[in-house]
Amino acid sequence: MKTFSFLRVLPSLSLARPSARCVARTLAPALLALMIAVPASSAAPEAASPAPAAPVSAPSVAIRGDTVYPVNGSPLKDGLVLIREGRIVYVGPAAGQSYGADVRELRAAVVVPGLVDARATVGVSGMLNQPHDQEQVDRSAPLQPELRAVDAYNARDELVAYVRARGVTTVHTGHGPGVTISGQTLVVKTKGRTAEADVLRPAAMIAATLGADATTADRGKSPGTPAKAVALLRTELIKAKEYADKRAKLPEDKRPPRDLRMEALGRALDGSQPLLISVDRGRDILAALRVAREFNLKIVLEGCAEAPLVLDEIRTSGFPVVLHPTMERSFGTRENLSMETAAVLRRAGIPFAIQSGFEDYVPKTRIVLYEAAVAAGQGLDRDAALAAITLDAARIIGVADRVGSLEVGKDGDVALYDGDPFEYVTRCVGVVIDGVVYPGE
Amino acid sequence: MSIRHPSFPAAVVLALSLAAAAVAQTRPIAFQGGRILPVEGAPIERGVLIVQDGKIVAVGPQDSTPIPSGAEVRDVSGKVLMPGLVDSHSHIGGGSGVGADGSGPIQPEVRALDGIDVGSSSIAKARAGGITTVNVMPGSGHLISGQTLYLKLRPARTIDDLLIRLPDGSPAGGLKMANGTNPRRDAPFPGTRGKAASLVRERYVAAQEYQAKVARAKDDPEKRPARDLALEQLGEVLAGRRVVQHHSHRHDDIMTVLRLSKEFGFKVVLHHVSEGWKVADEIAAAGVACSIIYVDSPGGKLEARDMDIRIGAIMEKAGVRVGFHTDDPITDSRLFLRSAGMAVRGGMSRDGALAGLTLANAEILGLQDRIGSLTPGKDADFVVLSGDPLSVYTHVEQTWIEGALAFDRSRPADHLWAVGGPGAGDPLRPHYCCFGNAWGVIAAANAAAQ
Repeated sequence: MKTFSFLRVLPSLSLARPSARCVARTLAPALLALMIAVPASSAAPEAASPAPAAPVSAPSVAIRGDTVYPVNGSPLKDGLVLIREGRIVYVGPAAGQSYGADVRELRAAVVVPGLVDARATVGVSGMLNQPHDQEQVDRSAPLQPELRAVDAYNARDELVAYVRARGVTTVHTGHGPGVTISGQTLVVKTKGRTAEADVLRPAAMIAATLGADATTADRGKSPGTPAKAVALLRTELIKAKEYADKRAKLPEDKRPPRDLRMEALGRALDGSQPLLISVDRGRDILAALRVAREFNLKIVLEGCAEAPLVLDEIRTSGFPVVLHPTMERSFGTRENLSMETAAVLRRAGIPFAIQSGFEDYVPKTRIVLYEAAVAAGQGLDRDAALAAITLDAARIIGVADRVGSLEVGKDGDVALYDGDPFEYVTRCVGVVIDGVVYPGE
Repeated sequence: MSIRHPSFPAAVVLALSLAAAAVAQTRPIAFQGGRILPVEGAPIERGVLIVQDGKIVAVGPQDSTPIPSGAEVRDVSGKVLMPGLVDSHSHIGGGSGVGADGSGPIQPEVRALDGIDVGSSSIAKARAGGITTVNVMPGSGHLISGQTLYLKLRPARTIDDLLIRLPDGSPAGGLKMANGTNPRRDAPFPGTRGKAASLVRERYVAAQEYQAKVARAKDDPEKRPARDLALEQLGEVLAGRRVVQHHSHRHDDIMTVLRLSKEFGFKVVLHHVSEGWKVADEIAAAGVACSIIYVDSPGGKLEARDMDIRIGAIMEKAGVRVGFHTDDPITDSRLFLRSAGMAVRGGMSRDGALAGLTLANAEILGLQDRIGSLTPGKDADFVVLSGDPLSVYTHVEQTWIEGALAFDRSRPADHLWAVGGPGAGDPLRPHYCCFGNAWGVIAAANAAAQ
């Protein structure tokens, strides 16, 4: 195989201390293949020993961008983001700023916050798509809210490093759509170490699906219809309410024994672990809102291909939408999806984020950046498109105090690009998580 | 484009289609002031494209290209014009109904012609993506899954309205073959790669012997072997009249395709070619073109784990002719331009990427004399873009096929196809679905009542 001489490495990124691994990327595809085969080595980009669990020992990094988009404020020309001990300590004009020789300097045309994917299954639904790496749904029962995402997440699945190399630093991932309640989700940084070391919220939400995508055609198996699924869900929520009441009110010897399923639904009922309900048909969106009203639930709507048909109801509910990928295949319950729905939600004033979602075939994961890019190409204003994969996403998944914008005090998570991040031809040239530098594409 | 009467015999339709084109548009149309990317030849900053009777009659700079008197002049200042996109591998118009069934791994007698649903929304969506010519393929679950069909996406009531006729009147198309894991199943399908190649070789050997018998019989009907639709089609392939469009992912499977192509002397194009970057020099040496796909991540199947965005660049450098495809519904026909953007992101030249959407695919389908570039004498198939074809912010504003406007984003109905929304699903499917369910319900109710 020939050398990849056409491959420009980190074109506008000057590395004060070029990493050996970055240089290796230029050498040969054989090396590339080798890296893919040994994900453990690409997980800890610069340390010979495993990367530190805490960001405290992370080096200081100065990131200069021709344009810096903090997302929570106006873009900065010739901007600087300074990270010390894993956290952002300065965001502003580069002019007049100085930092020590120990500070590693990165440069790029465009600098944005590390991207936040509001709904993925990456790390749970693995790259190879073989039974051994598909952990997103167990079909033995229709409602299993007790399944934890930390027990399913493989931080070293190759797709985790793959999405990171394109700028994604935080993902809300876990159990997938396809059964009435498939299990829980978690929020992790894409560092690729372990679930424990990378986690931001170990029990973020509980993943539910209503509508034809979570019904079974098998005779005698429930739920066989969308209405039956709602009945099952309501029945279980009533049980969980009674369970919680009994556990709280009865004396210790009279309390029902601990029940992991009831405990999980109890957290959905008290709002500490909201239901993330995957719904696409207008009918099913309304069913989700009806259940939320009945049980006074805090929910997040996910998918929502037919949101334009029930826009008023969604807006009135006040619940946010984690919108389907813009380039989602328009089949089945999603046959009426529109690439303009993000723009429609924006105009309606409905809080939303864009997701990469779940893919059961090629490609095995989507890149949330590209989904936002196509939304931007189809009428969503660019600032809103960027927010939908950074700050707005962080808000919806409950981590906006840590990530989603370039602000002093937030985590040092940054994505660097050699041009407009949304353009098809633009490359991610570097990624920083908690001040640790990872290679781009 | 006028819609032809569907009950006319094929020969009449053929004659009429030639006449119809002449009738459809005798007044020339001049598209003036836009940036023109002819693909064959350098970009023209302020150009003129003149079409008449379904053909391109002139392409050139505005100040040196005379506009014929009586021409309808359309101002396209600020727009970009390029050839209609050619998709060398797609499943629009019906998906799994288009090819072979589960009865066996080798079914060259099955025609996509008999399975395509011209009312499918996927065809309208492809027009919205600027696609004017498409190779509709049967699926890849067989070693040989049937005859593919090359279509022009003219407004259509029946499949005949979409056909591209060869000089002998037959519809243009290839033969779909596949290897690797997709055709692997329980017997009679192959269980291993060695078995797969062996099954294919056996059939091609049989086709060679069939051909020889036919040749020996000359005009004597007594000596001629009984007609065999499958062997006839393999004979077409052996004679070079039908190109094999071959699905293949892994490097060793690609080498198997090249080996069989050499043994039997058939003309082949490699499709998907995920690991083609590992054997680019071998592909180049064999003179085989590649139709490649760009997806956003590797994986989803074992054979696709080593997919790499640099493939177009590597192939180009090795000297392989590279076209792109959507494999719709794997990627969306409406976003076919995006493939070229990704190719450039992966290091391919801009010219190579634009050819990958157009001329290279025309060559892959053997239609380069008729389509694929804005060249006088070729079909007037082109798109009007709002900006640079490689930008995410660019829209396909209009799609013209043989001098007729086939898609216009400013029309609400066409806008729906372009972006989707309520009503953009397949209009036929709910119809089928609900009748099926209703009959099922009625049958169950009757059974319960008895």
